Amino acid sequence: MTNDKKLLSVNNLSVTFGTGDNPFTAVDRISYDVDAGEVLGIVGESGSGKSVSSLALMGLIDFPGKVRADSLTFEHTNLIGLSENARRKITGDEIAMIFQDPMTSLNPSFTVGNQIMEAIEVHQGGSKKERRAKAIDLLQQVGIPAPESRIDSYPHQLSGGMSQRVMIAMAIACDPKLLIADEPTTALDVTIQAQIIELLLKLQREKNMGLILITHDLALVAEAADRVVVMYAGQIVETGPANEIFKAPRHPYTQALMNSLPESAEGHDRLKALPGVVPGALDRPQGCLLNPRCPYATDRCRVEEPGYYGPEGRQSKCFYPLDDNGRPTQ
Amino acid sequence: MLYFILRRIGMVIPTFIGVSLFAFALIHLIPGDPVTVMGGERGMTATERAELEAMLGLDKPIWVQYFQYIGNVLQGDLGTSYVSREPVMSEFLTLFPATIELTVCAAIFASVVGLTLGILAAVRRGGLLDHTVMTISLTGYSMPIFWWGLLLMLLFSVNLGWTPVSGRMDVIYWIDEVTGFMLIDTLLSDEEGAFTAAVQHLILPSIVLGTIPMAVIARMTRSSMLEVLGEDYIRTARAKGLSKRRIIVKHALRNALIPVITVMGLQVGLLLSGAILTETIFAWPGIGKWLVESISRRDYPVVQGGLLLIATIIILVNLLVDLMYGVVNPRVRHSK
Amino acid sequence: MTQQLSAKPMSPLAEFWFYFSQNRGALAGLAFVVFIVLLAVFANFIAPHHPHEQFRDAILVPPVWAEGGMSQYWLGTDGVGRDILSRLIHGARLSLLIGLLIVTLSLIMGICLGLIAGYFGGFVDTAIMRFADILLSMPALLLAIAIVAILGPSIVNSSLALSLVYLPHYVRLTRASVLSEINKDYVVSSRVAGAGSLRLMFITILPNCLAPLIVQATLGFSNAILDMAALGFLGLGAQPPLPEWGSMLATAREFIQSAWWVVTFPGLIILLTVLAFNLMGDGLRDALDPKLKQ
Repeated sequence: MTNDKKLLSVNNLSVTFGTGDNPFTAVDRISYDVDAGEVLGIVGESGSGKSVSSLALMGLIDFPGKVRADSLTFEHTNLIGLSENARRKITGDEIAMIFQDPMTSLNPSFTVGNQIMEAIEVHQGGSKKERRAKAIDLLQQVGIPAPESRIDSYPHQLSGGMSQRVMIAMAIACDPKLLIADEPTTALDVTIQAQIIELLLKLQREKNMGLILITHDLALVAEAADRVVVMYAGQIVETGPANEIFKAPRHPYTQALMNSLPESAEGHDRLKALPGVVPGALDRPQGCLLNPRCPYATDRCRVEEPGYYGPEGRQSKCFYPLDDNGRPTQ
Repeated sequence: MLYFILRRIGMVIPTFIGVSLFAFALIHLIPGDPVTVMGGERGMTATERAELEAMLGLDKPIWVQYFQYIGNVLQGDLGTSYVSREPVMSEFLTLFPATIELTVCAAIFASVVGLTLGILAAVRRGGLLDHTVMTISLTGYSMPIFWWGLLLMLLFSVNLGWTPVSGRMDVIYWIDEVTGFMLIDTLLSDEEGAFTAAVQHLILPSIVLGTIPMAVIARMTRSSMLEVLGEDYIRTARAKGLSKRRIIVKHALRNALIPVITVMGLQVGLLLSGAILTETIFAWPGIGKWLVESISRRDYPVVQGGLLLIATIIILVNLLVDLMYGVVNPRVRHSK
Repeated sequence: MTQQLSAKPMSPLAEFWFYFSQNRGALAGLAFVVFIVLLAVFANFIAPHHPHEQFRDAILVPPVWAEGGMSQYWLGTDGVGRDILSRLIHGARLSLLIGLLIVTLSLIMGICLGLIAGYFGGFVDTAIMRFADILLSMPALLLAIAIVAILGPSIVNSSLALSLVYLPHYVRLTRASVLSEINKDYVVSSRVAGAGSLRLMFITILPNCLAPLIVQATLGFSNAILDMAALGFLGLGAQPPLPEWGSMLATAREFIQSAWWVVTFPGLIILLTVLAFNLMGDGLRDALDPKLKQ
């Protein structure tokens, strides 16, 4: 694969919490790339480490959390090892992030205009008048009606959907090259969700941003993402182009996720679901992390940890990747 | 906003009525009636007694007396001191600036030191500084300030000789009373060194009086900061690439101050009652000392009027704090 | 943690002790409180002298380690030759007894008023809570001074005054707990089973409101000791020659230039005792608050 389009390259990123002999590994040696102008979907259940990994990208993991990686290359710069100040110059400017709950993610004590203008002030400067004009323009871009008056509203005067639009305006204020959206619609009404996603994708196309869309919603990823990363218990279990993954999942976990979609149950009596829960800090199994819940697990899976199999860009972490009919290869 | 103000003011009125009833009851509950007390050792004839009672309105039904009392209070008439024969109100006004001066300085000390310590402790959570601040705060909170005052006096005045032992001013200076505030009056006068002397007199009492509020504010600021620093919008601010300083000073502090301001407001009452002790220790000529002396002299009009005035001030300050709360917190301001 | 998950659940008392004993400050507080209580109980045996006995030939003797100290007066003597250590030990008895009296009085009255307000609601509730609000809007010491001004300075009167002053805290706490409990199923079922008002209030609801009251009572102890000492210092509380810590300081003021020990020790013991009760109260609150147990 050529490297000129490559925007972000994550290489063996791990995040651990807690000190002592048995720290909890929230993210376990994950690697993936994001190209410029590409939408990457990261899918997983809650607790799969998808949010933590993106916070690590932003440099937002605090003590006692520990971030390690071979490299986190963003546009030829390795973010690991940058000084705090140099890192901060990139954060919010070239890499921006929006969060799950817009109602609590905006500071209640300041107007939305103030909070948008602050991002511009820190990274681009400019006179107060210019910043205000830019903020109004941004509010316009994210589809907020009457931005000239809305700019002086306080967060509590806005609905959830409006707040998320403000968060998006704030994130794109400095024209970032990479936008990370962490469950951007989970806290919103169903009717609003589609609008917000549509807005995000429209802005992504217009500005040719890389977009990392983190969600537990497979249907959303199927619709929006170019490529998909599936995470389970802090590890990546499968990567590949969105249409291929959904047509023929290679990893049993991905298959199980898709079987749990209501659409897949057509013609069946009830939804299929994996038995059991995601392993926590204290009950990580030996071998493949999925083995206690996997219908195809063998003795090998219970002892040995699988590596990644499959062609570049279409890999799965399974000894017996599924074939096109959804049966494990032997 | 107007609605908010009116509602808060409306809530104060019943409290004021309660306090005035209490003050009114005071003079009727004391053992022995005031007329006998006024008659003193010599006693008086029945006619004199009836005249005096009529003059004081004591022959009327009790609720009429209450309304008369309230009427007088609202006109600024709080009765006359048995001892000095001066109107209570004018004595109060003479002494009040000294108490304000002391209380304000103590409040400044408590806020500046308390806020700084609280913020530092929260930012350096779990570190040595945090533990030190928590220890200071807990000790300060448990401090018997009358002893603390004596201890500081023992150290700084007696052993080191840095500060004067008591009072508000050295006798060698003659300061014209313009505002009643010694710090201002000494600056206005031509006396050289008088301002420094006034500051020296003020330092220890202010620290002593400010110690408990300082401890409370430090503790509250710390816990409030810690709570706010864990909020989602702090994460947003960090994701914007803001500096640590800016996040703490702008985004965290503004929100963390909201509960702290309430606590600071509550400290005003404590400051005024603490002033009673502090003024007694340092022979500070303010209303606290005046009140305690009046109690031991059984000068009931002074006790009654003094208590009513201090209570009213505390109520008004609490009201003011509530209103300020509305200014700082937009959510309160806009709520209907 | 894994072992505890598999072990059988701890009894409430053991669980409480588990959380309480993890708080080192609270343990230190508890230890000092136990120490002071022992001093108070056995004051007659521990104190080397009678607290009122005046040694005319030993006036203002410094502590034993200072120059001129005498071995029979460890912490020195005061202006009329009384042994300071003995006065402090007997003062512990006095302070703890007064603290106990004040806390008990305001606790009992507060619980009754709070239960009535929360249980009956309506006009009774409004009247009681208004009264509590008015009392609360005044600083404790100021209110106590006002009441003592009416009743006259004495140790009994100032105890009564302080009991009244602390009353609103207990009323509010009880009422709030009652309101949060009263509509729960166990109360409703008890009511349906025909329990009377008194039984519902005291036997059904009250035991479930105790935790915050215990914490408040512990902190109330420290307030009572501190405010009682302040009243004593102002000459409005205990009257001489009672060995009350605050009034010991009131008479000590004249010796500030000459005899530091007369000033230092009574205040130090007040500080330590109040600190101990505060530490213990904080520890109790953390251990009893189920929200913080996670």
